[in-house]
Amino acid sequence: MAALCEAFTLCGLVAGPGQGVLGLEPAPGADRVLLTDRGRTATLYKVSDQKPLGCWSVKQGQMITCPVVCNFETGEFVAVQDDKVLRIWKDEDVNLDKAFKATLSADVYRIHSLPHVEPLVLFRGGAVRTLDALLAAPQQGIENIILDEVIRWSEVFVEAQQPVLIFTTEKDRDYFVYVQKFNPNTLHKYKIEQEESFCPLSFTACVKNNLVTLLCLYSNGCVYKVLMSLQQSVPEREQVLPKSLLLKLVVSGSVLKGTSFTILDKDHIAVLGCLDSSPNVAKEWLTIWNTKFQTLQTSKELSEGTTGQLWCYGKRFFLTHGKVLSVVVYKCETSSLAAAVGKLKDIQTTDRRIMSSFVNWNVLQEEDLASLQPQQSVPAKTESRRTLRSRRSVASKVQSGTLTAEQLVLDIKDSSENVIEEELKHFLSNAQMADFQATIGCIMTNLLNRCKTEPTFYPQNCLVQLIQTRGLSYSLCPDLMSVALEKTDVHLLQLCLQQFPDIPESVTCACLKAFLSISDDSLEGTNVNLDSVICYIDIAHNNEVEKQTGTVQNGFNSEMLEDDISDIQLTQKSHMMDSSDLCPVGPQKAALLNAILRSAYSETFLLPHLKDLSAQQVILFLRYLQYLFQKCSEKVSMDLPGDLCPTINQIMDWMCLLLDAHFTVVVMLPEAKGLLSNLHKFVRAQVRFYSELNKIEGSLQELQRIKHQKDIHLYSIEVLELV
Amino acid sequence: MGEFEVHRVRFFAFLPSGVRCLARGPALALARLDGALELYGPTASGFQEKAIPGHEARATQALSWAAGGRLFGADLGGDVAEYDLQKLRIKYTVDGFGGPIWSLAADPGGTRLAIGCEDGSVKLFQVLPDKIQFERSLDQQKGRILSLSWHVSGTRIVAGSINHLRVYNVDSGRIVQRIRVERRLLSSHRRECVVWGVAFLSDGTVVSADSAGKVQFWDADKGTLLETHPVSSSAVLSLAVSEEEDSLVVGTSEGAVYQFQLLPVKRGSTESRWVRTKPFQHHTHDVRAVAHSRTALISGGLDAQLVIRPLMEKMHGQGYEAVLRKVTFPHRRLVSCARKARLLLFQFPQHLELWRLGATNAAGRDGEVLPVSRDPEHLLQLKSKGPDHICCSCISPCGGWIAYATASRLHLHRLQLENGSVVAIQRVPKLPKLLCPVYQLLYSADSSRLFVASDQGSVHVVQLLEPGGCKHLQTLCSPSGTAEAVQLLAVSADGDWLAATSSDWAINIYSLQQFKHHCTVPAYNCPVTAIAINPATNHLVIAHSDQQLFEFSIPEREYTAWSRGVQQHGLHKDWLERDTPIAHIAFNPRQPTQLLLHDTHMLCILDKSLPLPDDNTPLNNQAFLKQLSVKARRGHAHAFKICKKYQPLLFMDLLDEDCLVVVERPLTDIQAQLPPPVQQKKFGT
Repeated sequence: MAALCEAFTLCGLVAGPGQGVLGLEPAPGADRVLLTDRGRTATLYKVSDQKPLGCWSVKQGQMITCPVVCNFETGEFVAVQDDKVLRIWKDEDVNLDKAFKATLSADVYRIHSLPHVEPLVLFRGGAVRTLDALLAAPQQGIENIILDEVIRWSEVFVEAQQPVLIFTTEKDRDYFVYVQKFNPNTLHKYKIEQEESFCPLSFTACVKNNLVTLLCLYSNGCVYKVLMSLQQSVPEREQVLPKSLLLKLVVSGSVLKGTSFTILDKDHIAVLGCLDSSPNVAKEWLTIWNTKFQTLQTSKELSEGTTGQLWCYGKRFFLTHGKVLSVVVYKCETSSLAAAVGKLKDIQTTDRRIMSSFVNWNVLQEEDLASLQPQQSVPAKTESRRTLRSRRSVASKVQSGTLTAEQLVLDIKDSSENVIEEELKHFLSNAQMADFQATIGCIMTNLLNRCKTEPTFYPQNCLVQLIQTRGLSYSLCPDLMSVALEKTDVHLLQLCLQQFPDIPESVTCACLKAFLSISDDSLEGTNVNLDSVICYIDIAHNNEVEKQTGTVQNGFNSEMLEDDISDIQLTQKSHMMDSSDLCPVGPQKAALLNAILRSAYSETFLLPHLKDLSAQQVILFLRYLQYLFQKCSEKVSMDLPGDLCPTINQIMDWMCLLLDAHFTVVVMLPEAKGLLSNLHKFVRAQVRFYSELNKIEGSLQELQRIKHQKDIHLYSIEVLELV
Repeated sequence: MGEFEVHRVRFFAFLPSGVRCLARGPALALARLDGALELYGPTASGFQEKAIPGHEARATQALSWAAGGRLFGADLGGDVAEYDLQKLRIKYTVDGFGGPIWSLAADPGGTRLAIGCEDGSVKLFQVLPDKIQFERSLDQQKGRILSLSWHVSGTRIVAGSINHLRVYNVDSGRIVQRIRVERRLLSSHRRECVVWGVAFLSDGTVVSADSAGKVQFWDADKGTLLETHPVSSSAVLSLAVSEEEDSLVVGTSEGAVYQFQLLPVKRGSTESRWVRTKPFQHHTHDVRAVAHSRTALISGGLDAQLVIRPLMEKMHGQGYEAVLRKVTFPHRRLVSCARKARLLLFQFPQHLELWRLGATNAAGRDGEVLPVSRDPEHLLQLKSKGPDHICCSCISPCGGWIAYATASRLHLHRLQLENGSVVAIQRVPKLPKLLCPVYQLLYSADSSRLFVASDQGSVHVVQLLEPGGCKHLQTLCSPSGTAEAVQLLAVSADGDWLAATSSDWAINIYSLQQFKHHCTVPAYNCPVTAIAINPATNHLVIAHSDQQLFEFSIPEREYTAWSRGVQQHGLHKDWLERDTPIAHIAFNPRQPTQLLLHDTHMLCILDKSLPLPDDNTPLNNQAFLKQLSVKARRGHAHAFKICKKYQPLLFMDLLDEDCLVVVERPLTDIQAQLPPPVQQKKFGT
């Protein structure tokens, strides 16, 4: 199952005609790439840090004409300037002008470099030389092999520790494939089977077991596969290669434009470009396809357009997206039928979690990373630097003069979320003020006022930060919870419930109602603190079994055999018993309900609001309470493991309250019968248990009395009554 | 009914002395390690009728009854003593001239005494009417004679020594048989084997008990071993044979007592063998003395307990007689109380301790322990002079006079108290000589007179004079002219009447105004354990050792109607079956119908106005009554209100209307003072 994960910007691109990315090549080092633009500049980037490590450019008026590559053997960089001039320099060289220069006798199409292989220079004429051979005699004659043909695509592979260079040429809508092998030098030429009215847009290939698989993306949206053997002897005549349809990307007969693709593994390809190009909406996508099952695995919309350039190095896509070079991390696992039809356990959630954590991490980064956030499209690298600097100055201004609450309040009224967030962070970091709580309350009120006036404005991070100062209470910001309820921000509500000591019962009830009505699916992936449930709900198991409950239920429960016979009839009817040892709600919901259970309340005021719950909600909540109670009873200490767990008394009280409020309803509901009988049994067990405890207590007291009696000192004055 | 502030005193560090030897005769005589002698009545109640206080230098090792109910004792001082059981003192002593005497045995006729001495000699004394006379010495051998036994014929004596048994011919004085007693073979090191006990059976069998833990049966004629019974891994210390010679009892140093019985080998067979039948473990320490009565095994140990274990097969059914009895505490008063001054005087063998009770200013409900605002205080320790042990002591109700007596003299001290502490103590000199011997002391209620119980049924009345003197006023003599000593005294609160009980159980009442005999309470054939005169009515209340209670009106010279009612109705079964005697009687001046009684295990308020209980109703019904409402209680209440909270109870008295003092002596405290017992491996430890 393939998936696209987080995307981030590597750098901005200079806009303008003739500008763009000429090529992107891997550089030595773990995550370094060498970016060559269509002008004079080559830049070495460290991808994970999104930082340029070095930048070299040729003189004004000169041009780099093919992507700069790195000679992995020597660590030198090789560039071709103005088609014929070879420049070679090292990492530490700053000025390219002083670098080594060699003028060749023919135009270079591309230089290919791979680890453990000497760099290969492909000339426009189709001749291939190793870099060493060229450097030994730069002015040697270069033969022209391909005559009128134009090279469209070239790629080098390593097979049996020997490089194999494959390039395709075009001549009058005929496409040829050349396979150049070394030691001994052989060149094979093939002709690709022709396709009426459509031409290949992009090529990609892979070599495995002496078999070259060439994939061609045609403009009709079809991917064709062409197979060539490397072990063939040189044939007398030109061979025409049959091609087979591998994948059809689009159903409609539209024509693809500006699309490129690459092979990810033997079953997956990634395609970048317009897929279903309707004239008015030109949306471009990055898609991953499964060629085995002909399915679309995942896609990512690239709203700002691409140039159709796609590179793939080390599980990362590099693509031009609007005015930036984006990096998209992907995952591509071996495909199976289960994965293809979507029956395999979804890994989406984990992806999302990574994504969200990434976002959070980004938020908490230093300022210079903030500039790289996708929202802020910076046209070019230089510009990004400028804004970066200006941001730094803003930050330093904030840091130098302490930000007052008044300033912050003013900023809250019109600034963007991010600005407010940063300012708030600084404000809180040096908050050593006298009336801290009042100030926090004021800020919160202002934020909430803006939230209420501007429906789109919802600075969740700010609110969370403010709550986490632990200086707030419900009475300081009565609107907070209603706003959070409106937005169904369960994370915020959970925090409020956990931290506010004075939540009115009506709000508690509203929260409860909201929590009970949210489906577990929509809660999945929300940022709910699961500390309180993680110890007693087996999340994976719970999910799995919940999926299977439909097939497992058969009315049989081994527990029932031990119980009273009279109970069997009731419980056999209800399926609830089957899942009684499973948590009836998802872990997120359970955590939220735990927050409710732990909040303070007064029975008198809670009871009328509890009546607002619907019957289904009551049943669900009761089932959850029963589940909690069962979990409690499993342990000798009669409590739940983990932090912030409700105590058994809280569980019992809520159960009683809920039953008090809804008893008539619950009694009438057929699905509640099993539940009620179960509860009754539990109560009976409890009564028995407590009576036994009382007996033990009595005995112990008696023992203590006896012990006390023994412990009489040499003299005491006692009272004796004889009746 | 009655709510009392109870001063619960546990600081009386009384330590009873261990039992050294027992002798069964007209009464059971018991000698303790401190030289004291006690006589227990023949009845099953086990009341300690007479006691002769100990002596510093006397360590009685053996007792023996001789003809005419005469009791002889031998001690490590080398003397043989005859006890005067009427005057409760040693009549005379005769030197055995053989060093310390370890053993003493009277011949079956009770006319000759044999003593076994340290120097290995066995000496015979002839018992003459007023003395004993040395008759002859048997062959002297090496090794002390630790045990002696006469053959029923009176012609042979078997003596147990170290490693040897010897049979003497009394007529010739020669050893006719010498038997070597080996240690057990398993014992690696050759330590000497001490024969602690021997018995000469009429069929010529000698039974020996030795320090190797064996009980062995020997043929005295042939000197051969008949049977060996390993009994204990430690020593067997004592041996006694029943009169029928079909049963014997041994006591070991582990505290166990074993019975051996001569049983036929087969049913109907004439051949019989000695079989170890019953083990008893009533003691924690050495059982130094055993006796075998017709119906019971009696044992006394180093843990100071006298245990009477009735043999079930000799009893007829389960009854009062068949109950195990343990006598731990003396049946004499060791504590006296100055009610007004709230002082307690404790009597120890050689000193007295004076304590002042603490106080509280709190009140509380039943069962509560009140905070003590003032701790009890040890005011005085008074050491007696001379080697004799104190036989009785008393403190006056005002706390100003302390009197105590040893066997030889009476001591009277004047105490000056100020703010409850002793400022000065002054001995009253020149006490009249005629006051001795003294058996009991009592002050009048106004502390102006001291009554001294003396021998021959006489009571001396001494006027106490300020600042510290005394004058002998009168001697009250029993009209019957008894020879017995006066044991108990009781004076009426108004000072008009004095009741005195002598050892022959006669109770005489004297008028103190005229200093003459007033009347004698009709005789009852049981020892008196406690007497007291009711301050409101001048009725004399008498408690007997068979647990009967009588009330005798002194002015009317007859039993009161209540007393007759009690006799008619009969006391409750459970009351009669208590195994310790009533030790003290007190009265509540506010409630003239109430008597306060106590024995070792309970204290009781006897309300004469309430009906007596039937045998069907429970005697001890306090817990039940306390659950009932006040109204409902009336229907169930009976005369006996018993509290068993304070045990073992040595003394109880009423300080004033609502204030009781109880003196307890927990057995665990006594055991803590004893040397560690013989280590015994217990399973699982």
